[in-house]
Amino acid sequence: MTDLPRPDVRLNERGHRCPMPVIAVARAAKSAGSGTVIAVACTDPGAASDIPAWCDMRGVDFLGSQVEADGAITYLVRTR
Amino acid sequence: MSAPAPPAGFLDAASGQPLNPASREAWSVAADAGWADPARLYREGRRAALLADSAREAVASCIGARPDEVSLVAEGALPAVIRAWLASCGPSPRLVCSAVEHSTVLAEADDLQARGGRASIIGVDRTGRVDAAAFAEALPGAALAVLQAANHEVGTRQPLHEVAAASADAGVPLLIDASVTLGREDAPQGWAILVGRASTWGGPPGVGVVAVRRQWHAPPLDLASAGLPAALAAARGLEWANEHRGADAEQARAWTDLIRARVIADVPDVALLGSDDRVGYLTALSCLFVDGEALVLGLDRAGYAISSGSSCVSDLRRPSHVLSAMGVLTQGNVRISLPFGVTQDTVDGFITAFADVVANVRAMLEADDLTQETPDD
Repeated sequence: MTDLPRPDVRLNERGHRCPMPVIAVARAAKSAGSGTVIAVACTDPGAASDIPAWCDMRGVDFLGSQVEADGAITYLVRTR
Repeated sequence: MSAPAPPAGFLDAASGQPLNPASREAWSVAADAGWADPARLYREGRRAALLADSAREAVASCIGARPDEVSLVAEGALPAVIRAWLASCGPSPRLVCSAVEHSTVLAEADDLQARGGRASIIGVDRTGRVDAAAFAEALPGAALAVLQAANHEVGTRQPLHEVAAASADAGVPLLIDASVTLGREDAPQGWAILVGRASTWGGPPGVGVVAVRRQWHAPPLDLASAGLPAALAAARGLEWANEHRGADAEQARAWTDLIRARVIADVPDVALLGSDDRVGYLTALSCLFVDGEALVLGLDRAGYAISSGSSCVSDLRRPSHVLSAMGVLTQGNVRISLPFGVTQDTVDGFITAFADVVANVRAMLEADDLTQETPDD
């Protein structure tokens, strides 16, 4: 996807298993202001379901995901 | 005969449960009187053959089939039936199934495609219910359709009535996988092939039921038979379950509803999974910021046995394909399935232990400051 916005915060959760990537993005979102775009790079396959599910539960916008050169997947979210 | 009390705290009936009293008794009868080879013509062989016939007759009458349509087989028959059926359907057959079938069905669909066949895998909504219209649309020209009666991980019932009608219209044989429901609910209708699993009704583990309607002229399915004690135990157990499950089913439904209501009220950040139209004895939920493995082990230490579809609990380190297909939270997942004869003490104790264990895991992961009340909508 080419039209994803530039993130304000980048998290590297490669190698961390569920639920750690979601905990990391939730912690970053807690201290971020409204409208902050957070990118989290994950290798855990659970993140594909769990990052969007967390967005749903918190009313955070899920913006999309992209595959990185090393095979990790970066998910982008924006706080409200 | 009432159900033997299952061990206190045991809430994983969908993985196996104690033998019901009729199964236990039939097992011992068949062990005494049915040890001979039923193909032999001497008296002991004829006696074993009579017992095997009576097992088929009992199952047939429970599921609305003819005895010669029924086989009692070793577990694992579901993929074997699909494979044998498709092998008789020409060079490039197409299979239609939902995305939340048992993993062995989806593995068969993958193998089929690798062999040059085709598979139409129909998606589900967030409750795990297959899109009946999309399923119906995929039917014309298919060699076989497979649909579960209810999902094994979240309990959601599938739209069998609509799919069976559409299959009949399209002239496509429908295999109903009733592994989760047979013996706990009325047998489904509208099948060309029906598959069930004896442990679901407190029959012996490792035994399945396969029934094929004669008018479909099934190819030789070549399924491994269950041994006689197990087959007779499964058959008598199914009769027992059909006769006794009424009150138990209502109670189980009330208790799984209670678990859902209490967990939502007591534990922050929980996602209830599945729909209200679910098999009554089974329910599932997921918890944000919780490691599924720590949850299973913590509940085990507290005396409660449940299963989990979270990735950290799977050998492949992937979340369950069912939860992924539903697009729901997979972390901190538990499936609760009530055995026959479960007690209120076990249900109440589980609810209390669950809240404690979730809180402990979140504290251990230093995520307890991130939680919010679960909205009750």
